[in-house]
Amino acid sequence: MAEILVLVDHVDGDVRKTTTELLTLARRVGEPAAVFLGPGYDVAKETLGRFGAAKAYVVDTPELDEYLVAPKAEALAQIAGEVRPAAVLLTSNADGKEIAGRLAVKLGSGLITDAVDVAPGDGGDGGVTTTQSVFAGGYTVAARVNVGTPIVTVKPNAATPEPAEVTPVDEKVDVSISESARKARVVERTPRVATGRPELTEAGVVVSGGRGTAGDFVPVEAMADALGGAVGASRAAVDSGWYPHAYQVGQTGKTVSPQLYLAAGISGAIQHRAGMQTSKTIVVVNKDAEAPIFAMADFGVVGDLHTVLPQAVEEIRSRS
Amino acid sequence: MKIVALVKHVPDATAERTFDDADHTTDRTGVDGLLSELDEYAIESALTVADGGDAEVVALTMGPSGAADAIKKALQMGADSGVHISDDALHGSDAPATARVLAAALRRIGDVDLVLTGMASTDGGMSVVPAMLAEHLDLAHVGFVGEFSVDDGTVRCRRDGDTASESVEAALPAIVSVTDQINEPRYPSFKGIMAAKKKPVETLSLADLDIDPSTVGLAAATSVVDEVTKRPERTQGEIVTDEGDGGTRLVEYLAAQKFV
Ligand SMILES: Cc1cc2nc3c(=O)[nH]c(=O)nc-3n(C[C@H](O)[C@H](O)[C@H](O)COP(=O)(O)OP(=O)(O)OC[C@H]3O[C@@H](n4cnc5c(N)ncnc54)[C@H](O)[C@@H]3O)c2cc1C
Ligand SMILES: Nc1ncnc2c1ncn2[C@@H]1O[C@H](COP(=O)(O)O)[C@@H](O)[C@H]1O
Repeated sequence: MAEILVLVDHVDGDVRKTTTELLTLARRVGEPAAVFLGPGYDVAKETLGRFGAAKAYVVDTPELDEYLVAPKAEALAQIAGEVRPAAVLLTSNADGKEIAGRLAVKLGSGLITDAVDVAPGDGGDGGVTTTQSVFAGGYTVAARVNVGTPIVTVKPNAATPEPAEVTPVDEKVDVSISESARKARVVERTPRVATGRPELTEAGVVVSGGRGTAGDFVPVEAMADALGGAVGASRAAVDSGWYPHAYQVGQTGKTVSPQLYLAAGISGAIQHRAGMQTSKTIVVVNKDAEAPIFAMADFGVVGDLHTVLPQAVEEIRSRS
Repeated sequence: MKIVALVKHVPDATAERTFDDADHTTDRTGVDGLLSELDEYAIESALTVADGGDAEVVALTMGPSGAADAIKKALQMGADSGVHISDDALHGSDAPATARVLAAALRRIGDVDLVLTGMASTDGGMSVVPAMLAEHLDLAHVGFVGEFSVDDGTVRCRRDGDTASESVEAALPAIVSVTDQINEPRYPSFKGIMAAKKKPVETLSLADLDIDPSTVGLAAATSVVDEVTKRPERTQGEIVTDEGDGGTRLVEYLAAQKFV
């Protein structure tokens, strides 16, 4: 079976959940092979094996961390050139998309971004077909790459990670990073402070607050904690300085697709909907019965979030 | 210093966007087009850098005749000149072809110190064209930039990723893609609107760029769309009005759905 290269998204070997989703998807279309770039493979190996990475290509050279994505694209291109995989899967985030774009040029291949599903192509030639959600979630598109090695970036939550224990056969790959790839130097890296809550894009429950919070996110955070969820925010809340940009949901923020999305004090502008429209269940608290977001609500409360949410939190506590 | 802002003309996101039934390309005729809002941040960034010193700002677009509007808006905001690549053979071009064409135009414009782009097109939204340009032109690229400054031939950027915020430095010439966190794009002033009418706009065809028309457009696309399905509208569920029991009723619903 043809290998499917999965670029591992990790922080010093701590594998992010999206990668386990990619490995799960890769198993449906071929033989998953992880590409691990940078330090920490020893830490990552167990997780990669647990999710079925039969092979792991490991590159560890300091340039991978010293410069922005270009060295990673170079290393991945070299491995893809040698392995000739049936497809390359990457995470749809800033790094993943930039690496995918560079890789497409290097390999002369087509690419598809923001897939929400990946399945075997009907040609039986090891190709893949992808599903994308476009125009703010208004359309579903089935597409495939028809030139070169299919390169696909996949959104978080595209699949439920399914374990399939193997021991990866690892291969150290030597890559010499060119001068061209050393143009954007990373001079400092400040990790995001952990909140103790689930990662926004990975969470099964997201509780978001908007302008209606009037700057007070305490009820939103309390509700998120009561449900074991992550906190999100509308751009209006972020622009007002009430919540950090990393938590913005929408077109220019994160796309989330949780089991439950609770929007409190958010009107439902198209740019916000673009980031949450594919949530399984949508619940709304808004004091304006005319707010457009109610149109997409599975359940809604017309009311003030400052009283509705605290009461809900109390009710959840009294039940547990 | 020469700065080029890449601007794309896109269907209005607040209108009902659709696909062309015949070839599954984005329908650019049925919906009003406008300058991609996310590219306004690139123009504003270019103007901010230019305001600080001696620099000219060129707005570059690739798109059908209507895309001239995107250039016009850039000129009204304050760009000095425009370049519009327009050719019927470009219809249906994908990101790889777009990047090749824009790269050729940037080479032709020549002596470019800084290329500024938006973080994504608001229609296609792939966020890959700038990284692809960097490959073609062998330039540094810093994407998803929330803050940057140029000084002494170096661009210093803050880039906010998923897991960390990074400070990145690159020597010019470089490509920088900016997010909507970076600034507040200006509105064209009356003076700006009048001045724009006299600013030069060059229109280029594929022949001007020495690009073989058979290598771009829908027929040369590296990916194909097999099917487009309109997502069923979400149907509204139960909406209750809070009469002192809103929170409790909310939890009753959540419990029925097994979330609590
Ligand atoms: C290029 C571009 C990109 C954008 N990207 C994004 C994006 O990624 N994400 C995003 O969210 N937006 C984005 N926007 C902005 C978007 O257009 C809206 O302006 C924004 O989503 C509005 O946020 P909001 O719903 O919190 O505020 P508003 O639209 O002001 O709505 C506030 C809501 O709160 C309700 N409310 C007020 N007080 C209370 C209360 N006490 N209790 C309950 N309800 C209350 C009101 O009835 C109202 O419905 C973008 C815009 C542009 C132009
Ligand atoms: N046809 C185009 N003409 C000019 N600039 C473009 C075009 N397509 C993309 N760009 C630039 O590249 C950025 C990212 O585009 P994309 O990769 O399509 O999401 C946009 O914000 C623009 O600045």
